[in-house]
Amino acid sequence: MTAALKDQAETAAFPPGTIIGVDNIVKRYGDFEAVKGVSFNVGDGEIFGLLGPNGAGKSTLIRMLTTLIPVTAGRAVVAGHDVSKESDAVRRAIGVIPQAMTSDIDLTVEENLTIYAKLYEVPKAHREKNIAELLEAVDLTKWRKAQTKTLSGGMRRRLEIARGLVHGPQIFFLDEPTTGLDPVSRVAVWEMLNRLKERRKLTILITTHYMDEADRLCDRIAIVDHGKLVALDTPLALKATVPGSSVVEVQFEREDAEWQSKLEQLPGVTSVESHANGLYRVLSANGSQTTTQLVELAAREGQVIKGLSVQNTTLDDVFVYYTGRQLRDEQVKAHGFVMPQRPGMQP
Amino acid sequence: MTRMFAIVEREMRKFFRSPALMMVSMMLPLVQLVVLGNAFGGKIRNAKIGVVDYDHGSQALKIHEAFQSIAVNIRTFTTVDYDNEQQAREDVRTGKIDGAVIIPSQYSRRVLADDSPAIGLVVDNTDQTMSGALEQEMQSLVDALNAPQIQPLVVQSIALKIVELYPYVEYMKYLLSGSVALAMYVAVMIGGGMLYIDDKARGIHEGFLVTPITRLELVLGLNLAGTIKAVLSGITLALIGSLAAGLGVIFHPMIALQLFALIVATSVAFNGMMFLMMVRVEDPLVPRAMFGVLNTLLFFPSGAISPISGFPKWLKAIAICDPFTYAVHGLKAIFLKDGGWVAIRFDLAFLFGFGIVTLLVATPLFKRTL
Ligand SMILES: Nc1ncnc2c1ncn2[C@@H]1O[C@H](COP(=O)(O)OP(=O)(O)O)[C@@H](O)[C@H]1O
Ligand SMILES: [Mg+2]
Repeated sequence: MTAALKDQAETAAFPPGTIIGVDNIVKRYGDFEAVKGVSFNVGDGEIFGLLGPNGAGKSTLIRMLTTLIPVTAGRAVVAGHDVSKESDAVRRAIGVIPQAMTSDIDLTVEENLTIYAKLYEVPKAHREKNIAELLEAVDLTKWRKAQTKTLSGGMRRRLEIARGLVHGPQIFFLDEPTTGLDPVSRVAVWEMLNRLKERRKLTILITTHYMDEADRLCDRIAIVDHGKLVALDTPLALKATVPGSSVVEVQFEREDAEWQSKLEQLPGVTSVESHANGLYRVLSANGSQTTTQLVELAAREGQVIKGLSVQNTTLDDVFVYYTGRQLRDEQVKAHGFVMPQRPGMQP
Repeated sequence: MTRMFAIVEREMRKFFRSPALMMVSMMLPLVQLVVLGNAFGGKIRNAKIGVVDYDHGSQALKIHEAFQSIAVNIRTFTTVDYDNEQQAREDVRTGKIDGAVIIPSQYSRRVLADDSPAIGLVVDNTDQTMSGALEQEMQSLVDALNAPQIQPLVVQSIALKIVELYPYVEYMKYLLSGSVALAMYVAVMIGGGMLYIDDKARGIHEGFLVTPITRLELVLGLNLAGTIKAVLSGITLALIGSLAAGLGVIFHPMIALQLFALIVATSVAFNGMMFLMMVRVEDPLVPRAMFGVLNTLLFFPSGAISPISGFPKWLKAIAICDPFTYAVHGLKAIFLKDGGWVAIRFDLAFLFGFGIVTLLVATPLFKRTL
């Protein structure tokens, strides 16, 4: 069988255009099932997000896809190669940024990249050009000769992003790339990833436990909870599945017992909660229409509106809807010793 | 190959960038060399010797004069005159004086008649360092005085045992072999073992494992780097130590070459041993805890401090499989005996063999996954 035919055979079970195909994959640690049979496909050129709280199994999933840990059951095909049977071919096709910061703090920015270029056997002729381009792309050209320990967390992450791309991979895996970064650095990382994706024709698989990150960055999102996939769609479609897609909060100057029933009769409204001081919380399937009518109604009745706010449903609501819980940090038991970062480092 | 050398390059860049590691690996062996070298080998100074002269003849006077000159020049001891042996013995026992010399009556006559003259030396043999040093000093003095026999008399009933005491510099030379081996051990333990487990715990290896590097390349890269670090430590300590102990042999090209070969062999052996022990360890506390235990278990039975021939059976058994033993034996042959390649042949073979076997066992145990 030729290589091309074999690739076809590997991906045959998945829809055309699939570049990451995951079929009922399972990871067991002893009795504990960290990933309980997950399936999804990622299309070429997509930014695909795995969203879930700490301990959901995101890292375990990404580690199986990047050949770091053996798969207990099921199958995953990455860039046309089975992760269990053709690990090496998979490794050549992918770039990976692990969750922990793994850049070498004693080496300079450039040395970090050079070592990885050599580990990927990038030919010498390409090495320097590649590295220069990547440094430019992640905005670190100025810091080429700086020791990594002098960089801030955001800069280190950018260095690692460059490192994951030194060999020009097709697919880029990032495990919680912005966890622990300040808001400005996070936005910088998102923009950088979008630009890199366009320029290098990358497919990106990213894990995160930030709603806004998944929302802004990803084409499609898989919500993972307790090792299971609970929802998968575009951010917009996910939000639309939640009944009552907007929340209108209104406060009137004068309290009036009639408001409750009047509000309930407005178009699109699914429920009204009354709070103290003339404040009402209105859930609506059509936020803008409800709001317009509400304002008109108040004007007609000569009522003064003290405060008004309209919010769209967020992925937080989506998460609560699918899992029945808030998406917040949950305690995860540690496995083995976790090495603290060396003192004297930039935060 | 490129990938293996990338691993070596990383390790070496880190190594040279943090000289603290090199310093630290040199510290323990150097401190040990200097402290042990002086503690065990120090010259006795200003001991007090009682002299009981029953002779008062011309030859007895010669002894007095020799004592005077020692008191003034090398100052090993000064003398105090006593009238009777009883008192002198009592004072040795109570520690007022460190020893007593008895010149019997008829001594001068016997010397002149060549009738086996003898002087007596009273020492406290519970302090073997002192008694040994005095005996030695007295012997050389007597030798100089035309060799009358020395007749040791002992204060206590414990049998007199003469300890072989190396003078100061000699003992340092004796210790140097152990110190050089120790420097390599520390370099391997810290530069190889501890940093390796720390890197693993920090997730640095996770970064390596997603690249196409093979298990063998990774293992060989890590071990080659560990070996180079140990070789550098060994060479540095051999140089510093030789200068401190006044050993010039390492400046002969052939001996330097033998030394280099032995240092490389030792580094390979230590590194293989360490890698085998650490290959499945995850917790950074483990190498730290093992460091001290292994140091005692491997260093002291090696003959670095005291000769193996005096060990009990079980300790000898440890010595036989301990790579330290062969490192120390080989280094001693080079530093002290100039025995040529023949003298270190077996040590070289054992050390290289040991390193290769441990690495062969460790490689399949190395996990290519997390
Ligand atoms: N090596 C391991 N041994 C046993 N359990 C593990 C191991 N690694 C992770 N787990 C468990 O698997 C679950 C998922 O962990 P992980 O994939 O790291 O979650 P996430 O990345 O989503 O925060 C957690 O409950 C974690 O405790
Ligand atoms: Mg994780």
